[in-house]
Amino acid sequence: MAPDAPTAPPEPERALTRRRLLLGGAAAGAGAAVLVGADALLNGRPTGSADPGGDARLNGAETVPFHGVRQAGVETPPQAHAKFVAVDLAEDAGAGQVRRLLTLLSDDAAKLTQGRAALADSEPELAVVPARLTVTFGFGSGLVERVAPEAVPTWLRPLPEFATDRLRDEWSGGDLLLQICADDPLTVAHAARMLAKDVRAFGGVRWVQDGFRRAYGSEAAGTTMRNLMGQVDGTVNLAPGTDDFERLVWGSDGHPAWLRGGTGVVVRRIAMDLDAWDRLDRPGREEAVGRRLADGAPLTGGGEHDEPDFGALTPLGFPRIAEYAHIRRARSEDPDERFFRRAYNYDLPVTGADGQDAGLVFVSYQADADRQFVPIQRRLDELDLLNEWVSPIGSAVFAIPPGCAEGGFVGETLFAD
Amino acid sequence: MADLKHTSTAAVSLAFAACLAVTGCAGPEAPEQDGGAEAAAADAAQADSFTIEDAWIKAVTEDEGMTGVFGALGNDGDQDVTVVAATSSVAGMVELHEVVTGDDGNSVMREKDGGFTIPAQGTHALEPGADHIMLMDLGQDLEPGAEATVELEFADGSTTEFTAPVKDFEGANENYDEGAGHSADHGEEGH
Repeated sequence: MAPDAPTAPPEPERALTRRRLLLGGAAAGAGAAVLVGADALLNGRPTGSADPGGDARLNGAETVPFHGVRQAGVETPPQAHAKFVAVDLAEDAGAGQVRRLLTLLSDDAAKLTQGRAALADSEPELAVVPARLTVTFGFGSGLVERVAPEAVPTWLRPLPEFATDRLRDEWSGGDLLLQICADDPLTVAHAARMLAKDVRAFGGVRWVQDGFRRAYGSEAAGTTMRNLMGQVDGTVNLAPGTDDFERLVWGSDGHPAWLRGGTGVVVRRIAMDLDAWDRLDRPGREEAVGRRLADGAPLTGGGEHDEPDFGALTPLGFPRIAEYAHIRRARSEDPDERFFRRAYNYDLPVTGADGQDAGLVFVSYQADADRQFVPIQRRLDELDLLNEWVSPIGSAVFAIPPGCAEGGFVGETLFAD
Repeated sequence: MADLKHTSTAAVSLAFAACLAVTGCAGPEAPEQDGGAEAAAADAAQADSFTIEDAWIKAVTEDEGMTGVFGALGNDGDQDVTVVAATSSVAGMVELHEVVTGDDGNSVMREKDGGFTIPAQGTHALEPGADHIMLMDLGQDLEPGAEATVELEFADGSTTEFTAPVKDFEGANENYDEGAGHSADHGEEGH
């Protein structure tokens, strides 16, 4: 399948987009890797003036296929802006209503992601700049229970309580997640509004979390993001297209039939006490994490992606990477206790005397949150110097159902007998 | 999302002179029409050239009684196509409406003389505040995400039907003289 994708000479983006569309229907396995390759090629492509195609060169014209075996927005290279919208279904909304809601949402998401107005779009002009818009749907247990109560995965429930949690109801839970990502915040806002209007008759918005990374084009594609504490955040991560990613993110062992081709997501709002962090000097900051701030390399040397030497000692005989350092605590001996992170920063306006309200919308995808995520969070909960400055204030778990073909809707597998 | 089903059966009650003069109406089932209706159509029936995209119906309750059907009507044939009538199983009465500025300067809706003409190889938009198909005497709530089927009849007597989803929509109130512009309040967005 399109074996030339990674080495093809630069082409107008429309051609690449079409190719990805063609690939979209067979996005399983190796196909997914090729998709990612094409995305990376697009994002890394120099913006020379030799390309024909005029507006087709604009990033705003870029589209990510909506239809496919898997939902977009997981492996998709992270867009610059994200909005996570959690919905509470109305108490009396049953399977029939859920089906109608998902049909409306999928139809509008399919249109909007391809740069077309949603059905009955009140501002159709805002829809014409997709900017790699993806809409990814996640189901909380409350949604699944209304349709197929016997088919709720065991891990689809609130995470266990952790000692460091400062969870607030207003940032936690939800029956349905809309993850809306694009490289343009106006695109995100419009898509979110149109989808929220679809939701109105079936429930209400429980919480919205906006997030951002570097703007599109500000740095090379594939650069690990930085969080608002200045840290390189997400160096050790599962890589789309690898066997580990297939197994630990898309693996369906133990999943009910409707979830095959899907995965799970944990969304946690991690507040950062930036004013306290200000009081810590640079060596202290690096010691808390175990990495250099300048480039994210482990304190034991090398580059960002070099393995930390957890056995290395200082001349005084102390571990170079402290026992309480975040990267030591976040690493498990069990290679199955890993997940795929795709986080965004948040930064709300300062109001009153509360100081900066900023942090991380932590987002991790894994096939089984109980088996993969919870053990790591337990380790961090027990000991992680970073806990001095960060607190989880929101937490939610959703199942990410498989994608759908044209004419179908995301979640249709839930309704299959 | 709109499903089209062409039936191309001539409507028995309509015998358009122009239609008869040219080729006779399409469809074999026109027993009450005289003369030309017997002949099989040489040209395609208007229904066969008709397309519709992005059809939708504004959500309303049965009590509200009426609503609009919108979408992009298309004609991929070489002759103009004219929609002259419509029916729907969810409505006791269906009219083809236009919105015009009344004597008092307000928008008012009224039945459109001659129906909706879609030019050859062209389109004709049905939009809130403009031409639309009006469903009246509703027999049921039209809830968001539900679907309803609308049957159209063309100037040559051919017919087709399409299915359109129901969408929440705050606008399209200018036509609701009974509701005085106040549709059901679905509340504000939660963020």
